[in-house]
Amino acid sequence: MSDVEIKTLTMNFGPQHPAAHGVLRLVVEMDGEIVERCDPHIGLLHRGTEKLIEYKSYLQAVPYFDRLDYVSPMNQEHAYALAVEKLLGIQAPERGQYIRVLFSEITRILNHLLNVTTFAMDVGALTPPLWGFEQRELLMEYYEQVSGSRMHAAYFRPGGVHQDLPAGMLDSMEGWIKQFYPFLKDIEYLLNDNRIFRMRTVDIGVVSSQQALDWGFSGPLIRASGIPWDLRKSQPYDVYERMDFDIPVGKTGDCFARYLVRIEEMYQSVRIMEQCVAALRTVGGPVRVDDRKISPPRRGEMKDSMEALIHHFKLYTEGYKVPAGETYTAVEAPKGEFGVYLVSDGTNKPYRCKIRAPGFPHLQALDMMTKGHQLADMSANIGSLDIVFGEIDR
Amino acid sequence: MADTLTELGEHIAQATAGAVTAHQVRLEELMLETTPDKVIALLTFLRDDPKCLFKQLIDICGVDWPEREKRFDVVYNLLSLKNNLRVRVKVATDETTPVPSAAPVYSSAGWFERETYDLYGVWFSDHPDLRRILTDYGFEGHPLRKDFPLTGFVELRWDDVQKRVIYEPVKLTQEFRRFDFLSPWEGGIERELPGDEKATKAS
Repeated sequence: MSDVEIKTLTMNFGPQHPAAHGVLRLVVEMDGEIVERCDPHIGLLHRGTEKLIEYKSYLQAVPYFDRLDYVSPMNQEHAYALAVEKLLGIQAPERGQYIRVLFSEITRILNHLLNVTTFAMDVGALTPPLWGFEQRELLMEYYEQVSGSRMHAAYFRPGGVHQDLPAGMLDSMEGWIKQFYPFLKDIEYLLNDNRIFRMRTVDIGVVSSQQALDWGFSGPLIRASGIPWDLRKSQPYDVYERMDFDIPVGKTGDCFARYLVRIEEMYQSVRIMEQCVAALRTVGGPVRVDDRKISPPRRGEMKDSMEALIHHFKLYTEGYKVPAGETYTAVEAPKGEFGVYLVSDGTNKPYRCKIRAPGFPHLQALDMMTKGHQLADMSANIGSLDIVFGEIDR
Repeated sequence: MADTLTELGEHIAQATAGAVTAHQVRLEELMLETTPDKVIALLTFLRDDPKCLFKQLIDICGVDWPEREKRFDVVYNLLSLKNNLRVRVKVATDETTPVPSAAPVYSSAGWFERETYDLYGVWFSDHPDLRRILTDYGFEGHPLRKDFPLTGFVELRWDDVQKRVIYEPVKLTQEFRRFDFLSPWEGGIERELPGDEKATKAS
């Protein structure tokens, strides 16, 4: 047989492609239908967040974190708030911590609902996103009630949360939790034994536990590869150590395992929500630190106290100074380990704020996961990675 | 926690024989300093030593200190799942001294190093694919350096005559305002206020 020279075809995927989950441009080398190599070109949504933060005071930097991964805003504020609190040497009051944990879990459900349902859409199912987005809407109403904004909340601030929960919110949340269990069962009924869904996801993009460690995986992805690792358990922050919940672990490390882990995580998140709601009925007190050098006074106070007025003015112009030092603080965001490496030089602005987005190493591994698969499996892989370009491009 | 980390720092400093130039525990976080020529040996040791087992490279990033002779810090954040510990490794370098790539030790280093190169201009030797990653195709400069202006140098717009996107030097309709809100009455930063030069120094 004579030597046949096989020419690979270079193909451009994205940046405007519905399965690219944003602005991902992939340069794919194809051998027929088989992907030989894929080179993600990212940075199309680069906004220079880290540079901008260096020019803002510590409080002004909070809203930038909403705009990173815009489907899980509060978890990222959480990481930043914890990092600043660590440098300042303060701790949020108990009620504030419970509220933060409660909203972190709401955010996790928001994120997983979006990912699981759009992942199903990537591989051909249209009903899950229509059902899931209704629930997301209900949850975003809670966002709006506490912060005035459906998505970009700026609710978690260094020292606690901005405001207490409005009256009646816990009751309505209990109602929501009751109806969410059957809803999740419905989603599972739609997808778990769905033949098309299984054929598109089982044994696709298998990542061994060794590879998951080597490629810096975290969150649902490392758990789907069989490593029981969750920062909420292993390095608990706020009141997570008082919460009773389980860590789902996948066995196969393929796209289907990643889907199953996310579904189970939603059940666990609702469990944590239940515990937080119960605790918030009894735990009272302030929701942010009672230190006028860090957290601004209430508006009512300002009406009749000169000192409060001065504090308010100082905190919203100059901000507070953070002692020199550096910290790497991470939280378990829905997508994985979201960390903030914060360097302070003792002034009112961060000297350096590196944002460690979980999606960044995950997307890097796409080439490794996709090699040898068909082109259609690539969109299944991208869907199961749960990438959002706000955080990857920063 | 702090004791474990101090002990671990001692252990690493002894076992690697000179690769660690300084180690300290601050805010319950262990930090090691090393030099560019020893960093790969140190990372490999941290990954494989049974007391360390830092199997995951969480992050690589740069920090710019323009007033220093070696102006850049390259910071490696490692995580050990087995021992539930984190460690931070720092390497000081400048614009010309390359840092060997950590990609052979940790696969995830590839993109992190590309990002550091893109944003700071730190050169990583033996990197399999050192290209820009976050900035635009054809971008010039390294935007996270402290001497790079926040507004950048070029802006782009759609040109209706040429039917393409064109780059132009940045034109600001209003001067970029950078407020220095540091209050001179609260100390913290030593600096001279207008009029200070007239005062007789109490010595």
